[in-house]
Amino acid sequence: MKPLDDENFDDSHVVVSGAAADTQESISRQIGDIHRAYAAERAAGGPEATQPRLDFAPYRSSILRHPTKDLHHVDPETIELFSPAFGHRDVHELEADLTIQHNGEPMGERIKVTGRVLDGQGRPVRNQLVEIWQANSAGRYIHKRDQHPAPLDPNFTGVGRTLTTDDGWYEFTTIKPGPYPWKNHTNAWRPAHIHFSLFGTDFTQRMITQMYFPGDPLFGLDPIYQSITDQNARDRLVATYDHNVTTHEWATGYRWDIVLTGSNRTWMEEEDTDQ
Amino acid sequence: MKPATPGQTVGPFFGYALPYDKDSELVSRAHPGAVRLHGTVYDGAGNPIPDALLEIWQPDDTGRVVQRSGSLVRDGYTFTGWGREAVDNEGHYTFTTLNPGATEAGRAPFIAVVVLARGLMNKLHTRVYLPEDAAALAADPLLAALPEDRRRTLVATREANGDLLWDVRLQGDDETVFLSFPGA
Repeated sequence: MKPLDDENFDDSHVVVSGAAADTQESISRQIGDIHRAYAAERAAGGPEATQPRLDFAPYRSSILRHPTKDLHHVDPETIELFSPAFGHRDVHELEADLTIQHNGEPMGERIKVTGRVLDGQGRPVRNQLVEIWQANSAGRYIHKRDQHPAPLDPNFTGVGRTLTTDDGWYEFTTIKPGPYPWKNHTNAWRPAHIHFSLFGTDFTQRMITQMYFPGDPLFGLDPIYQSITDQNARDRLVATYDHNVTTHEWATGYRWDIVLTGSNRTWMEEEDTDQ
Repeated sequence: MKPATPGQTVGPFFGYALPYDKDSELVSRAHPGAVRLHGTVYDGAGNPIPDALLEIWQPDDTGRVVQRSGSLVRDGYTFTGWGREAVDNEGHYTFTTLNPGATEAGRAPFIAVVVLARGLMNKLHTRVYLPEDAAALAADPLLAALPEDRRRTLVATREANGDLLWDVRLQGDDETVFLSFPGA
């Protein structure tokens, strides 16, 4: 564990004077301007945005941390056409249950989150690593620089790992995270989310993202979620409540499928049978 | 093709979740072929970024792509080719690894890199090439397509003690070349 600066309460290294003085109205207006410009581009036949903008000024920390030059398009080479292999040496099956890591039951709403990891061609991503991390039910991370005055939970760390099945399924048991405040602007609150880290069959498919919960009233106000200018793309980060995942007298259930970018590897027939 | 799920920033609070014991030690420092790959991650104002995370993925020293588990629980003997490192408070990272070999004869050896940071909305891919094989570097399709001032952002410097020095600049005049791939 390493100490890291924290955007919530100590942002002195980000050179944006007066950033903390921004109002929600100002941030929302900037988001609205960018979204309207995107909608106009779409109406004029522009491409659909499927990923967040790297240059998205309403998220203040992005201002000095986004490349200003275009990404250089290249064909992946040998090593990039493979991913690291993870196995049961790396991940114990109990790591998929974030509610059993301590002596007692964590506080909050116990949930299951499950879904499939697919590549852009629709093939399941098999036996691959999925990592998650999240705040507790009160919206507090165990990270030592998180100074949000909400209670820590001695029975909840908020870190999980699993390997996908042969059909690409993952499943975690955890606690529904709470929303939390941050210092992007005055009265800034992040919608409740779970961070996900994913690998595909090709290293080019590496993904870090956040899963959200349906109907969150903070969606429209959050510059990180709204950095994705396309509503259809934003919707892909929102899990669905699924009563078939909910278990009797135990936990409510959410379904969230993840699609990675396309694989550029030449697939053998036997690898490809699930097309 | 199904549209890919969007990425999102790794945020500020990955430090208790993603790093793990020996995450950046692909080999032991005592390994006879061990080499240090290190450098600093900078923002557009030239300031070090103290909350970035780097991952590397590379062939072994003979150019073979390794498909062995054990990256997360290192046994000290198995080279898996993959590692992770959160930068320190001064934006500095260090991996202990092997010089990657050429995956095909005459190709320039490189290490694939993913960069993540608070404030960086999505992952970024790049490469760090070994500086030695001038002919292979000149013939490399990616490097050959770049102007010299951009090209050098992808080539490490070999220090006198054998270490590889390679900095990452997310923005600015010396901005590192970041990559996109087909199907993304």
